[in-house]
Amino acid sequence: MSPTIAVLALQGAFIEHEQRLQSLGCTTIELRQAADLARPFDGLVLPGGESTVQAKLLHDLGMFEPLRQRIAEGLPALGTCAGLILLADHFRTLPVTVRRNAYGRQLGSFHAEGRWEDEAVPLTFIRAPRIEATGPGVEPLVTLNDAPVAVRHRNQIAAAFHPELDDDNRLYEALLAPLKRAY
Amino acid sequence: MTETAPAANQAGNPATPITSAERAALNRQLAQMLKGGVIMDVTTPEQARIAEAAGAAAVMALERIPADIRAAGGVSRMSDPAMIKGIQAAVSIPIMAKCRIGHFAEAQILQAIDIDYIDESEVLSPADDTYHIDKTVFAVPFVCGARDLGEALRRIAEGATMIRTKGEPGTGDVVQAVRHMRRMNAEIRRIQNLRDDELFEAAKELQVPVELLREVHEAGKLPVVNFAAGGIATPADAALMMQLGAEGVFVGSGIFKSGDPARRAEAIVKATTNFNDPEMLAALSEDLGEAMVGINEQEIQIIMEERGQ
Repeated sequence: MSPTIAVLALQGAFIEHEQRLQSLGCTTIELRQAADLARPFDGLVLPGGESTVQAKLLHDLGMFEPLRQRIAEGLPALGTCAGLILLADHFRTLPVTVRRNAYGRQLGSFHAEGRWEDEAVPLTFIRAPRIEATGPGVEPLVTLNDAPVAVRHRNQIAAAFHPELDDDNRLYEALLAPLKRAY
Repeated sequence: MTETAPAANQAGNPATPITSAERAALNRQLAQMLKGGVIMDVTTPEQARIAEAAGAAAVMALERIPADIRAAGGVSRMSDPAMIKGIQAAVSIPIMAKCRIGHFAEAQILQAIDIDYIDESEVLSPADDTYHIDKTVFAVPFVCGARDLGEALRRIAEGATMIRTKGEPGTGDVVQAVRHMRRMNAEIRRIQNLRDDELFEAAKELQVPVELLREVHEAGKLPVVNFAAGGIATPADAALMMQLGAEGVFVGSGIFKSGDPARRAEAIVKATTNFNDPEMLAALSEDLGEAMVGINEQEIQIIMEERGQ
């Protein structure tokens, strides 16, 4: 049995996450409305896109509170870019301070090389948010110029960049590690 | 024309100087983030706020929506930068703006005001009846309209990093957008089924670079994101285009020419996400007030889709 990962599919780059998760042996399901939450899943991915759109649809479609509760109860979750903003500013399950569009508009988007411990990680930032402060129990996973750009807090992993757009699986492996042990 | 220094470097991001290939990748990637979303035409900061609150993934800032451009006649140009800046200040989602086909100076101006995406658009009066803009020399991304695979790949070869159907803007009539999306996807399926050695002849027929055609052959889709545009006025129109393979939709005149723009905008956003759920679509389609009046394709005199092939 492989873990089933639910990918929030309201708006944004959710297909890219699904393809990556499938290549890592996961089954994926899409969350587009409240009824989809009834299907069993072991982990959650909140993709990039527009956080304003995603947050509005989460509320309007009756998915916000059930998902917030499951994340708070320990559901393994990975949020990227808009997903980081959802975890920090909307669900408020991730104790970090983020600034939206911190690098400006599209002309401020960029590729860079970050560090995961001593190893290089390719990073893609698209109209990206910046992690400005982290609360207690938040561990930096990936840094860029010594500032955290991906963090872990208990069951939640969040990145300001887009791992689904680069050839590097480490954030996904970090999400899946506790699940794979269970199977 | 030279590529301008990215504004980001002034904002203090740590990126090294960006090559044009890298910039093109970033610009394709922004379009990926817009997928599954609705991009709405707005003419004032107030409309932009309504659009953002209703769930727009981006807004297109323009002085007149296509229906009014059609009604007013005359030459239609890029919007006043001051008006675009007003909209940039009002919302946090990406802002697009239109320049005339071939008008690279208008595009330079839009890049100078830090626009997120330029639409080199047949909705405005074309400035050049032979050449499109060489979009590869710009740092800012471009979306272009296309009626078929050949037009789409020619625009991508010129540097477009997102494609939309042309449809027939400002009419509220979805028939041309449907025709363009079906034609594009039928051609993609045909290319997918060719033998490798048949691609050269197909590239010649379509008047496109064989390298781009090979990408379509292998991936079974355009190398960039493809939205529906032109004549979409209802949640059902949006769902139709998504089921036909659009990756998101532009709604121009359909929202702010209707009786209850905020409600219609919200309904179209939800219909774009849940395009495969007829029961939800039925609920979303109730009590939306007047739709835009609409003009049939036989009743219009200016055929915008013919502009820029």
